[in-house]
Amino acid sequence: MMRFSLCSLWNRRFVAALTILAIGLSVALILGVERLRDSARDSFANSASGIDMIVAPRGNSVQILMATVFGVGGTGTGMTWDSFEWMEDRPEVAWAVPIQMGDNHRGYPVIGTDAAYFEHFRHSGGQSLSLAAGTFFTGDGADAAVVGAEVAARFDYAPGGVIVNAHGSGEVSFDLHDEAPFTISGVLAPTGTAVDQMVFVTLEGFDTLHAQEDAPLIDPLDPAAKPADGHDEHEAHDDHEDHGEHEGTEAGHYHEPDRINAVYIGLIDRTNVLGLQRAVNERRSDALSAVLPAVALAELWGITGTAERAMRLMAWAVALAGMIGMVVMLSATLDTRRREFAILRSVGATPTRIFALIVTEAAVLTAAGLILGFVLLTLATFVTDPILSAHFGLRLGLNVFGARELATLLAIFCAGLIASLIPAIRVYRMTLADGLSVRL
Amino acid sequence: MTALSIQNLAYRWPRAEHDTLQIEKLSLETGESVFLYGPSGCGKSTLLSAIAGVIDIPKGVLHVNEQDLSSLHGGARDRFRVDHIGLIFQVFNLIPWLSALENVLLPCTYSQRRRERAGGKSVETAKRLLDELGLSTPALASKKANELSVGQQQRIAAARALIGRPDLILADEPTSALDETAKAAFVDLLTRECAAAGSALLFVSHDRSLEHHFDRSIDFQDLNRSALP
Repeated sequence: MMRFSLCSLWNRRFVAALTILAIGLSVALILGVERLRDSARDSFANSASGIDMIVAPRGNSVQILMATVFGVGGTGTGMTWDSFEWMEDRPEVAWAVPIQMGDNHRGYPVIGTDAAYFEHFRHSGGQSLSLAAGTFFTGDGADAAVVGAEVAARFDYAPGGVIVNAHGSGEVSFDLHDEAPFTISGVLAPTGTAVDQMVFVTLEGFDTLHAQEDAPLIDPLDPAAKPADGHDEHEAHDDHEDHGEHEGTEAGHYHEPDRINAVYIGLIDRTNVLGLQRAVNERRSDALSAVLPAVALAELWGITGTAERAMRLMAWAVALAGMIGMVVMLSATLDTRRREFAILRSVGATPTRIFALIVTEAAVLTAAGLILGFVLLTLATFVTDPILSAHFGLRLGLNVFGARELATLLAIFCAGLIASLIPAIRVYRMTLADGLSVRL
Repeated sequence: MTALSIQNLAYRWPRAEHDTLQIEKLSLETGESVFLYGPSGCGKSTLLSAIAGVIDIPKGVLHVNEQDLSSLHGGARDRFRVDHIGLIFQVFNLIPWLSALENVLLPCTYSQRRRERAGGKSVETAKRLLDELGLSTPALASKKANELSVGQQQRIAAARALIGRPDLILADEPTSALDETAKAAFVDLLTRECAAAGSALLFVSHDRSLEHHFDRSIDFQDLNRSALP
C-alpha cells in the first residue's frame, strides 16, 4: 500500500513537491515562532537574573526594566546619590550598584556604573561576567570603558582602543562627545544577553561626558554656569571630592555623581524583598519605584502576549493554507484518476482500499512536509542565528524537539490526515458510483 | 460446471424508462469462448457490469462459477470479482504509473486465489504470459504503462486478465483501438491463452470479422429482448 502510494505520488511529483513545500514552510514557521518566543523569554529572563530589585525614579515597572536591563528607552529624570546611599545602608541589602544611562556608542547603550556591577551581575542561570580580554575598571582610571562582546566584535575593539560616545540613545547622533574619549580597558566574553550590546564606563567618566552640557540645563540664566573649559568647575566634581573624603573607599565608589538613573540591588535574604519595596516606595525625599524583575517580566509578557498570539495565529493560518493546498491537490487530481480507480476496482480493490490509498498519500505528503519543515527550520536557524544574536541577543540554538514541539508536529500530522478525509470520502463515493465504467 | 449462467435477467438503470436488459437465458461452460456482437448502445456494457457485479441486480438470476453475485455485498463482491473474473476494457486498461509487469501482477496483489492459481512465483508466471503475448523484451516489462503503444497496452491488459486463471474473462471491445492486423493477432492470442488457462471468455464486439475465432457467437439483439424495436 505504501509503495503503491509512493508510486502514485511520484507520478505527480511536481504538484506533490509543491504541496510538501507548502506544508514544510508552515511547519517551519510554527516551530520557528515558538522557538523565537521561547528564546526571547529565556534571553530576557537570563539578562535579569541575579538582580533582586531595581530601583529607579518613579515610573512604569516594565519601562524601568527595559531601560535598565536591556538598554531600551529611558527612565525618569534621575535619583539622588543620597537615595543610593540610603539603600546601600539598609540592613537587608547585600549589595547595590548604581546605574547611569542615556548615552550611546554608535547606537549601543552606554551604561555608567562602577566595578561592583561586574562583580554582582549574573546572567544565564547564575554565571558572572567574565572578560575575553583586558581588565574591568581598574584603580582610578576614570576614562576606562568595558565593551560587550557584540560591540567589540562589530567594531573590532580591543583593550587599549579609544572610543567616543554620543548623547541620546538613537542609532544616529550628531552630538558626539569628542571632547571626552574613553580608553577600552576590557572586552566581555559573550553572554547571549543584552550585556553583549552595551558599553560600560565609570560613573566619573559618564559625568565628565556631561559636564559641559548639564551646566546650562541646570540653570541657563546663571552666568556662573556657562559652558566651562575644565571639569574642575563642575559641581558634580566638587561633590565627588567632598563625599570621597568622608565616605572613603569602603563601598568602592570613588566617584559620587549628582544623579543616577537606577540602582541594582541584591538582598541578603530574598524574603525581605517586599519590605524593602515598601520602604523604597514610601521614601519621601525622592520619588522612586522598586521593581522586581520577575514581576516586571511577567507584566511584559502580558503586554507582548497579544503580539505573540497574533504571530502564532498567522503561523497556524499558513499551516491551514498548506493543508488546504494538499486537499486541493488531492481533489483536483481525482477526476483524472477516476479511470485509475476503476481499473483498481476491476482487479479487486475495494472502495475502502481506494479510500485508504488517498489517506496514505496524504499521510506521506504530510510526513514529508513535517520533515522538510524541520530541515528548513534547522537551516534557517543556522543562517539567522548570528544575525539574531547580533541584533537582538537571541540565540535559537540547534536544539532537538521538546515535548511541546513534538505535540505540535503530531497535531499537524493529524490535521493532515483529517483534511485528507475530504477527498478520500469523495473518492469512496465516486468509485462506488462509477464502478468499472471508464468515463472520460 | 458453468462459468456463467443467466436466467430471466431484467435490469433498468435508475430513472430510466425502459429496461436496458431483458435476457431470458445465457450460459457459458467452463473454458468456452463466446463472441457477443451487436451495435453500440444496445446494453452490452450494462450486461458486462451486471456480470462483474458492479450494478445491483435481483437475486438468483445471475451466477458466476455457480455463485450468485447479487447475494454478495460490498467488499465480498469485490473479492469475488478478482478471484473469478478477469476484465479487459476498450482502452486505457493500465495504471499509468506502474510498470507493465506490475500492472499484470495487480490481481495477484488483491486476490489470494489468483496468486495461488498463478503458481508459486507469480512474477515468473507474469513474465511467461507477457512472453507468450509477444512482449518478451525485458525492457518492455519494466517500462511504465503510459510509455507503451496501444497494442502493447491491450496485450498487457490481456495478460493481467489471464494471470491466476480466473473462471471467466470479460472483454469489452478490446480491439476497437487496434488496426486490422493487430486486431486479428490479438483475438487469436487471447482465445488461445484462454483455452490454455481453462477460462471461459465472453468477448463483446461490434466487429463481426472476428467471429470465426470463437466457439460460439451470439447476436446481442436476439439475446436481449428489450433491444427489439
